[in-house]
Amino acid sequence: MTTAIQLTPQDTIERGLDLAAAEGADGCVVIVAETSSANLRWANNTLTTNGAMRGSSVTVIATVGAGEGTAAGVVGRSSATDTSLGDLVSAAVATARGSSPAEDARPLVDGSVGADWAAEPEETSVSVYEKFAPALGETLKRAGKESRWLYGFADHEVTTLYLGSSAGLRLRQALPRGFVSETGKSGDLSQSAWVGAATRDFADIDPFALDTELNRRLGWASRTVSVDAGRHPTILPPAAVADLMTYLFWQLDGREAFEGRSVFSTPSGGTRIGDALSSQPVNLLSDPQLPGLETFPFAVARSSGGASSVFDNGLTLSATDWIRGGKLEHLMTSRHTADLIGAPAASPGIDNYVLSVDGASGSTDDLVAGVEHGLLLTCLWYIRMVDPQTSLLTGLTRDGVYLVENGEVTGAVNNFRFNESPVDLLARFSAAGATVPSFSREWGDYFSRTATPPLLVPDFNMSSVSQAS
Amino acid sequence: MYKVGNVPEVDASFLALPRHELAEAALQRARDLGATFAEFRLERIRSESIALRDSLLESASDDEDLGLAVRVIHDGTWGFAAGVALTTDEAVQVAEQAVNMAQVARPINAEPIELADEPVYDDVSWVSSYEIDPFSVPRAEKVALLTDYSDRLLKADGVAHVSVHVASVHECKFYANTEGTSYTQQRVRIGPDITAYAVDNETGRFDSMSSCVPPAGRGWEYLTGTGWNWDEELAEMPGWLAEKMTAPAVEAGSYDLVIDPSNLWLTIHESIGHATELDRALGYEANYAGTSFATTDKLNTLKYGSPVMHVTGDRTAEHGLSTVGYDDEGVAGQQWDLVKDGTLVGYQVDRRMAKVNEDLLGTPRSNGCAYADSSGHIPIQRMANVSLRPAPDGPSTEELISRVKNGIYIVGDKSWSIDMQRYNFQFTGQRFYKITDGKLDGQLRDVAYQATTTDFWGSMEAVGGPQTYVLGGALNCGKAQPGQSGAVSHGCPSALFRSVRILNTTQEAGR
Repeated sequence: MTTAIQLTPQDTIERGLDLAAAEGADGCVVIVAETSSANLRWANNTLTTNGAMRGSSVTVIATVGAGEGTAAGVVGRSSATDTSLGDLVSAAVATARGSSPAEDARPLVDGSVGADWAAEPEETSVSVYEKFAPALGETLKRAGKESRWLYGFADHEVTTLYLGSSAGLRLRQALPRGFVSETGKSGDLSQSAWVGAATRDFADIDPFALDTELNRRLGWASRTVSVDAGRHPTILPPAAVADLMTYLFWQLDGREAFEGRSVFSTPSGGTRIGDALSSQPVNLLSDPQLPGLETFPFAVARSSGGASSVFDNGLTLSATDWIRGGKLEHLMTSRHTADLIGAPAASPGIDNYVLSVDGASGSTDDLVAGVEHGLLLTCLWYIRMVDPQTSLLTGLTRDGVYLVENGEVTGAVNNFRFNESPVDLLARFSAAGATVPSFSREWGDYFSRTATPPLLVPDFNMSSVSQAS
Repeated sequence: MYKVGNVPEVDASFLALPRHELAEAALQRARDLGATFAEFRLERIRSESIALRDSLLESASDDEDLGLAVRVIHDGTWGFAAGVALTTDEAVQVAEQAVNMAQVARPINAEPIELADEPVYDDVSWVSSYEIDPFSVPRAEKVALLTDYSDRLLKADGVAHVSVHVASVHECKFYANTEGTSYTQQRVRIGPDITAYAVDNETGRFDSMSSCVPPAGRGWEYLTGTGWNWDEELAEMPGWLAEKMTAPAVEAGSYDLVIDPSNLWLTIHESIGHATELDRALGYEANYAGTSFATTDKLNTLKYGSPVMHVTGDRTAEHGLSTVGYDDEGVAGQQWDLVKDGTLVGYQVDRRMAKVNEDLLGTPRSNGCAYADSSGHIPIQRMANVSLRPAPDGPSTEELISRVKNGIYIVGDKSWSIDMQRYNFQFTGQRFYKITDGKLDGQLRDVAYQATTTDFWGSMEAVGGPQTYVLGGALNCGKAQPGQSGAVSHGCPSALFRSVRILNTTQEAGR
């Protein structure tokens, strides 16, 4: 039986940096992540799975001189003990020595010791559901009595990240993240509705309120209408806007644009930074300090890519306007790719965004009130890139498409497959509401820190009808 | 030294871990706390990712995920917990957390959990079929080979950029349950991805051409020519890309299609593989991955496709990504029919679903489709290798093409999307060749095909012979909440479909 001792995150980092120096590494970054999570999943009005998990990871990034450049070696393990840490560091240094010079090599980010560096990891447990679980149980029973079906998932996790480097950085950040997503179906399964919300602690999640909203939407389906494919005036609620705009957000890769392989490339070479994407005052902003959407305020990269670099670990992340007043302002870059494309400074990706329209106000219901004849969506699903040249995406409507007549929801209609470009939609929407916290059905499980407005698109392209219900 | 040979052994370093002691501690604690069933997993998953951009190393990482998990049935309710420290104290604590989880969840569980019976396998072991452990090959040697592959493409006229990515996984698992089964299992898989890009600096038009190499349950030998002809494909790719850049746009409409296995595997995955998962048919995935049109009331009656359609599920195919000796509930790997003579005849199930649906399925046994992608996740029903059988003495791809007057031959996969009940799908591909009077007539661009599952498979007039059969697949099939990633293979021959809707994707974008 092993007698190895589990190290604290701080000890892992300090010992790891010392070991790397002893091995002759020129530089080193050690990242430790401690994660705990608890979840509940239900279907057909009963629990299906659940779990309480703890995880950890230790990533060592060693750098060594290689010819006229610097090479990096990245090795990760799920944990490190006093006896295994040496092997992990040795492997990272050996990997660096066996690698060619890194194109993105830059001096490691320097800095000092953060004020909360010595604090222990924060945790969650199944107790986060102490009030939620019994209430959920009541709604499941109520649905059964009313011949409805409920399906859903609740997840809460806390990640505490420690990052230390041979350049002096000692950073720590703890972040909670949670969400609930619930689908309701009629007794005969012919109608479906969905609600979802992000949360930091489940104190603001009321299963009874979710159930009431699902009931309201299923009620809209008491009248069903068939609608053909084609271009329809369509109201996208904040969740559906997040479904589409998260994909746009991920396409803001500066290097791909610079190389001519993106919707943000110009035909003659170079990027579209400075171009107007929309004649409307649309803004797309990321900021680690956004209230309610707080995320890691420093760069964390376990591998390098177009917009990230392992050499940039610890780089301070600040508010970044990707789009301001309809004009493309920044693309995502590392320090290396910023130099490559001629950007004045790096603008790494940040794990949140807010899409807003200057002067827009009102809710989804307010947009509905202004539409004479059109469709109201719930959310979108299975969204995939069809053509990166135009950023054409395909996907489907899901769990509730409703007919709007004379400003009111008058029934439920069939589902559709759509083919649309989110970049084009920013230029074509005809009305917008106020920006609110949103939860993307397609991406929310992984990317939940979004705020988006509802949008009215006068000619949303429904390519064909889907029989799904 | 490389590990070479057709019958690799389980890594000694994994065997040296205190597998049995940890399992015994966890299972005994679960029994003491009143669990009527408990299972223990110890998993070590090594994964490596190497990426090159224009022949330069962009990133390389080597990760290992090691941990343990306990799942219990307590008072008729599941409870699951996972941890990372390999000590008996941790194993006991994780067992206690699993029982606690079951107790918290008990008020929202309306159906007592029971499992289908499975024979006991006492301390057995199984290793997948591969020759060279990717983790035994020096990093520099791997990068040198991939640099050579990149260079071959980059030096060709018209190729502006090249990206290369190789993912390798080495998975070791120890499983034990309170029924007496215990096994040790090792699987290796690898997924190469090579793409060449062209950019027209006058028009701004750009496009790409990716290798059709599928991921496979093989080792590093796959990258050096065993199972894939790299020299031939790398020599052809620049020409294919150049032709695609100047190809005429497709005219939207209805066409006969001959679909190559390099494209058809993905259509099988989405429209048959997921649709015949019983957990989806029963609604377990209604809030996430979705349900299935192939509901249980249609078993043995639903006309899924034409009479030439015969689809099997299996966890036994050599080099299959979903191939196992035993699943994550201790069930031995099997093969069975899902669609026969065009009719739905089976599902993919785990032990709980097999028990509850014993009468429907006509068998008291699970077909072994439980899988968790790591020790930190709960076993769920995951996809077997779902494959379309070729016709014995069936036609070649060229013979299928010769039967088409006005159609398209589709090669390679690219974009994919299907609805939440697996009815409506849309796929693109790497290359689209116009077929005129039975012969290939140059590439087309901007092509997507769109159909409803049963219409599409009902339009399948012929399947090719065994000489056209290829095992395709994916490393990253997503399912469940919390999300899990699964690797799965799909074998199929070339096949001929009549009158399928073709879209022009540029027109779809309103241009």
